[in-house]
Amino acid sequence: MTTAVAFQKVSRHFGAVRAVDAVDLDIRAGEFFAMLGPSGSGKTTCLRLMAGFEQPTAGHIEIFGETAEGVPPYRRNVNTVFQDYALFPHLNVLDNVAYGLMVRGVAKPERRAQAEAALELVKLPGYGGRKPGQLSGGQRQRVALARALVNKPKVLLLDEPLGALDLKLREQMQDELKSLQKALGITFVFVTHDQGEALSMADRIAVFNEGRVMQIGTPEEVYKRPRSRFVADFVGSSNVLPPDFVARHGGARQWASLRPEALRLADDGTPGAIPATVTGRAYLGASTRLSLDAEGERIHAVIPAGGALPEDGAAVALAFDTADLHLMEDAS
Amino acid sequence: MTAAAASADASIRSGRGGVFGALSDVLWRNPRLTLFLMLTPPLLWLGIIYLGSLFALLLQSFFSIDEYSGLIKREFTLSTYAELLNPANIDIIVRTLTMSAAVTVGAAVLAFPIAYFAARYARGKWKALFYLGIMLPLWSSYLVKVYAWKLILAREGILNWLFAKLHLTWLLDAWLAIPVIGGNSLAVSHTGTFLVFLYVWLPFMILPVQAALERVPGNLVEASADLGASPRQTFLNVLFPLALPGIIAGSIFTFSLTMGDYIIPQIVGTSRRFIGQAVYAHQGTAGNIPLAAAFTVVPIVVMGFYLWFAKRRGAFDAL
Amino acid sequence: MRSDKGSDAGRRSPLGLKIAAGLGLAFLHLPILLIFVYAFTTEERSYQWPPPGFTLRWFAVTWNRPDVWEALGLSVKVASISTVIALVLGTLCAAAVSGSRFFGREAISLLVILPIALPGIITGIALRSAFSLAEIPFSFWTIVLGHATFCVVVVYNNAIARFRRTSGSLMEASMDLGADGFQTFRYVILPNIGTALLAGGMLAFALSFDEVIVTTFTAGQQQTLPIWMLEELVRPRQRPVTNVVAMVVVLVTFLPILAAYYLTRDGDQIAGGGK
Repeated sequence: MTTAVAFQKVSRHFGAVRAVDAVDLDIRAGEFFAMLGPSGSGKTTCLRLMAGFEQPTAGHIEIFGETAEGVPPYRRNVNTVFQDYALFPHLNVLDNVAYGLMVRGVAKPERRAQAEAALELVKLPGYGGRKPGQLSGGQRQRVALARALVNKPKVLLLDEPLGALDLKLREQMQDELKSLQKALGITFVFVTHDQGEALSMADRIAVFNEGRVMQIGTPEEVYKRPRSRFVADFVGSSNVLPPDFVARHGGARQWASLRPEALRLADDGTPGAIPATVTGRAYLGASTRLSLDAEGERIHAVIPAGGALPEDGAAVALAFDTADLHLMEDAS
Repeated sequence: MTAAAASADASIRSGRGGVFGALSDVLWRNPRLTLFLMLTPPLLWLGIIYLGSLFALLLQSFFSIDEYSGLIKREFTLSTYAELLNPANIDIIVRTLTMSAAVTVGAAVLAFPIAYFAARYARGKWKALFYLGIMLPLWSSYLVKVYAWKLILAREGILNWLFAKLHLTWLLDAWLAIPVIGGNSLAVSHTGTFLVFLYVWLPFMILPVQAALERVPGNLVEASADLGASPRQTFLNVLFPLALPGIIAGSIFTFSLTMGDYIIPQIVGTSRRFIGQAVYAHQGTAGNIPLAAAFTVVPIVVMGFYLWFAKRRGAFDAL
Repeated sequence: MRSDKGSDAGRRSPLGLKIAAGLGLAFLHLPILLIFVYAFTTEERSYQWPPPGFTLRWFAVTWNRPDVWEALGLSVKVASISTVIALVLGTLCAAAVSGSRFFGREAISLLVILPIALPGIITGIALRSAFSLAEIPFSFWTIVLGHATFCVVVVYNNAIARFRRTSGSLMEASMDLGADGFQTFRYVILPNIGTALLAGGMLAFALSFDEVIVTTFTAGQQQTLPIWMLEELVRPRQRPVTNVVAMVVVLVTFLPILAAYYLTRDGDQIAGGGK
């Protein structure tokens, strides 16, 4: 398994601010890797370190085994899809896509052909003659993608590319990006603050917080077995339960994470069920989220549609499988 | 298969060869060097040529001129400034400052309707028309403008002809009879000078005021009316205060330009001198650069205070 | 999408305001138009109104005056070279100031504006005394030195306005795709600021072409066109000739101003981010 991008104790400080703090990453060739975290967590800075727009204050970066720090972006065989797409307004779509080839001296007929092929790949055949200003947001994003892919980069970096799209378009693009990556086999590194996006698209996710990597793992690992409270909270919503509570209900005296959908409404008297009072309800369409007060803890439960729903203030019992109660090593 | 394709498989490519390639890497790695190289030519030019000569001029105001030989004595003295403060020169200074103030006020009054209309009511092609209508005179030749007024104010010119046609010549004569602002004819009077200054600097006042008014959200006027204010109250309490930074910004130009001008008073005006003319006269054949320099200090100091005051009132954002 | 924040459009403006604005605008333009009329008058010795007759012969007379051509030629040469210098210096400065934050950034903006903010006579005298101190003889180049100095700010203002409207990620995108600094400048930066530079250059040309105060102090025996006109104003030889020249000057400077307006007006569509 070849390593596409390696970060070894990479830091990027801006004066006293530690945007990236001793981060280790090992991104495998051909995988769809997501960097997830809130704003200011350092994920975008890491992406920029890979692209070459930032230089590390400390640490070592390798791209397919070759040293990358100190190398300007125009010499790296790595391309970026920017958050604001950054299409050149003075060039038409075809010239935009062919820009990387033009700069490297590829002859005109050759680069036009390759650019057309790239546009077909992103499902915009024949759009070459238009100007960026005439395109919709989704179309611009595809052009930005084509512009990056036509150069056959070793690694493709995507900086929150779906943020500006509406929900339907976003879901469509998620599917397309995923299948495109599978077809091309290029390593994709994807930055997002949307945990749903990361979970559905990535092969592996790195969760960032305050410049550090909190956890790296497959979507399932990160979701079901969060190693810290932050990850539990950030990736999906979760009930984070204090050690006393956990000890009372079947676990060790440790912090634990319990996903809302793991809770069921049970009949009174079911062994192991947690007594609770309903404090609020939110109708989500396919399910309902209940806010509950259980022995002083605020808990959320997500109940699928179809069952009977308790009223506000009703007393209920919540049941769960102890296997779903995930004990966390790190309480932070 | 180009060289580019051959190395396409590498993760790190070598850059373009040659001078540009190497230079590009160096500049990229040293952003401070790049900044330095970009700033040095303009700063060197402005610093040495402009600031240097300004400094040299101000330095000269501390020298004095030897009365007998006419040569400049290069030793530090305040006698030149003392000479600046004698009554004849104070007279010049006061006259110039008064004219500058008058022109500023006049320009503000005249500019406001134009700016207001252009900012708030003109749309589409009218807006373009107004914009060009202000830009073109602004950039039109200064001398042509002054010259045009010489024609207008001449005894046989159009203004006198107009007054005669309207049988109002007696009014003109009465005005000219007033001391200080009157004179022998319009072309040889402070009124004439005032009119020309007003005309030439008017566009400089219109533009900042228009910009300031354009920044006033439309619904402020509506909100004021909604709260029960009459149009006059809305003007005094909402529009005018918000336009004030623009007026102050424009007044920077009218004040500064009037204070230093020596051509307009010479072409349309009495023989009483303004600061600009005094500076010009002293540095000319008299060679009294120290006194000329001392005179220039007056506008510099006045503008210094004015700019500081304007910055505090937020006029710099309207520039 | 720019919302017209200051707009009362759609409602009719008060008539008084319309009249006042219209009169003001007329006030600005009539004097210049008057000169046009005077260029055709038959009366040579005074500024008589109404003109006794109309003729075209002064155009021919002006055409044959060698001093007019000399002055015009000098003005054009000075303006051209000053504009080129101002373009280089102004663009470098604007690029540096808009590109990065550094100590003294605001001071530079002030410095660039100073030659135009202080009255021309101060700039003129300062330069003159500096030249005589350094014992540089007054010549074509001393004129250019003066002109370039105050033309820089015109280019600087146009360039920096456009730099600020150009998205910063364009440069990064270009580098990301393999273009080094120089290529990025040539293929991305220059096309995006080109029209702003052109506009700035044209305004600088007009400014230099028209300038008289600083020129008076930095010229030796040379006469630029404004200096020629100043001479004629003080000691008129043939008044209608002066009028003809004045009219030509207005028409000639009209064109670059118009062009500069169109170039920067469309800037909103040319520069700008990709969103």
